[in-house]
Amino acid sequence: MSVTSELSSGAEKEALVRTRAYRFELNSSRVAVGAPLLEVADVSLRFGGIRALSEVSFTVRQGDIHAVIGPNGAGKSSMLNCVSGLYRPQRGTIALHSVTEADEERTHDLVARKPHQIARLGVARSFQNIELFGHLTLLENLMLGRHSHMRQSVLAGMAWFGPARRQEIEHREFVEEVIDLLQLQAFRHAHVGSLAYGVQKRVELGRALCIEPALLLLDEPMAGMNAEEKEDMARFILDVSELRGVTTMLIEHDMGVVMDLSDRITVLDFGKVIGDGRPDEISANEDVVKAYLGEEL
Amino acid sequence: MSALSTGTYFTSYRREWALRRTRAEYLRLGLIVVGLAVLPYSIDFYWLSIVNMILIAVIGAVGLNILIGYTGQISLGQGGFLAVGAFSSALLYQRAELPAPISIACAVVITAAVGAFFGLPALRLKGLYLAIATLASQEIIVFVARRWEFLRDGSAPLTVDRLHIGGFEITRELFEWQWYWILLGCAALSVLAARNLLRSPVGRSFMAVRDQDIAASAIGVNVTRAKVTAFAVSSGFVGFAGALLAHYTETVTWESFTLQVSIVYVAMVIVGGLGSVAGAVYGAIFMSLVPVLLTEFLVPVAGAVDWVSESLPAIENAVFGLVIIGFLLFEPRGLDRLWQRSKDYFRFWPFRY
Repeated sequence: MSVTSELSSGAEKEALVRTRAYRFELNSSRVAVGAPLLEVADVSLRFGGIRALSEVSFTVRQGDIHAVIGPNGAGKSSMLNCVSGLYRPQRGTIALHSVTEADEERTHDLVARKPHQIARLGVARSFQNIELFGHLTLLENLMLGRHSHMRQSVLAGMAWFGPARRQEIEHREFVEEVIDLLQLQAFRHAHVGSLAYGVQKRVELGRALCIEPALLLLDEPMAGMNAEEKEDMARFILDVSELRGVTTMLIEHDMGVVMDLSDRITVLDFGKVIGDGRPDEISANEDVVKAYLGEEL
Repeated sequence: MSALSTGTYFTSYRREWALRRTRAEYLRLGLIVVGLAVLPYSIDFYWLSIVNMILIAVIGAVGLNILIGYTGQISLGQGGFLAVGAFSSALLYQRAELPAPISIACAVVITAAVGAFFGLPALRLKGLYLAIATLASQEIIVFVARRWEFLRDGSAPLTVDRLHIGGFEITRELFEWQWYWILLGCAALSVLAARNLLRSPVGRSFMAVRDQDIAASAIGVNVTRAKVTAFAVSSGFVGFAGALLAHYTETVTWESFTLQVSIVYVAMVIVGGLGSVAGAVYGAIFMSLVPVLLTEFLVPVAGAVDWVSESLPAIENAVFGLVIIGFLLFEPRGLDRLWQRSKDYFRFWPFRY
């Protein structure tokens, strides 16, 4: 019997993960692997006369890397913005499932909620055009990722000694784990505005991970990267998904990456779902080939 | 942030987060403490009164910088909020006969509440539009202060009795000297409180709102709450400064809280350095000293040249304006950045970077 198959048995694999430097769980969703985590049903979004999304429905399952692909202007980013609360669709429901500590199942309607409330439910995201806090250091950016887990007290903050400092140190330990995971040690105290583009993309992933996501939304995490940076980023996404169990929803244009990484793909075109399935099903789907992937001549 | 010298390592987060981390920094702090301790013994009461006004300005500027420099919400309502702090503390002390520390604490809370209220437009408005909205708050508050007879002693401005706390009372002979120590303590506490707040989650949420409000909301920062808190905290500091001003000057009148005051404070924050507590301190010192030194320098000249003595206020304003323009052109990040750069220069010498 090979070493790898021994290790892949649940408890031992977990033990292996635990013996590394990682003490904290990144994944905050207690939904069983394979069960529906996010259910998007009949979502329609209009901007004036433009129909950005019409009756979009799909399901993201716990533990999957779920890619959303489609041509430019198909509504991929709009879909992500609806999930994270930046846009409010006119029709449809977006339901996030969760399981409480007491094993009760809960369903949260995301359409009615504000972005920061959705973030508090564990929906973390990165942006297509990097939206970091440019004047702050990498560390402060990641600490801001911990914001929803920290007590906010003006007076305790002004006193600093005591609760405020204790809390900082407690959450710093979590942040340091994310820094380790994403190999950002060298830039800890650098102002993120001055970092290279590829590193900034990684910092954005890190900031989202600091939320302890139940669902991680990545909007083109590899846009504008060279092959090597893309490989690094793909490895980080796989680590986050496979080792740490974080469910990921991903928008990406590089088909090689999408086909290799994702467990499930939803294809959008002109705001409509034209395909949904496993990567092999999608690459064989005629509509998708016609609209996006391209036919062989 | 300036560069840290090589060879400085930390073995605990606690040390890394300390405000002073190297021996040189402790040495500088020690020098400042010694300097401040010796200061009242080495200058006369005229200069000490200027130092006292600077200490009050420091508190106000630190408060304003939290709002403008750290949260990115421009405010021209500083004078109005100073007035709220000054009038509340004066009235509570004078008419309700509360002890001074309690009246000052109440003034801080009242000003924070008023500031939060006038900060509500910030939820909808940004940049220049917010500047106009806060300008309105300035004008409204000063208008009320000017017209409301309750805020006067008959036809004379509201006077405040000499400060006494318990058995301690400020004496006439040592007036400036005793106030120096009170104001120094208050200013030091305010600076420390601001520094601490800005390394805690609340302070970080202010900066997140300044840099990227959409991303801030997407990672769980309640932007509405952060903005209102920033207005409240900032106004709290300003109210503190206003209350101290009322007790120190012993008269409160709307004329000391006009738009001119608001603009001087904005200038302090810009000249000192946006987004830096130390910068606010430098800015307060600088902008308070410029007119004083200018008068000091121009009065002998004015004795000899007629037109200088006639247009002394105009010259002051012109120099004031030139200083601000100069800073915006040559060092937009203010005195604080200048200080950081000079530190780096010596640290890296003989190399350029």
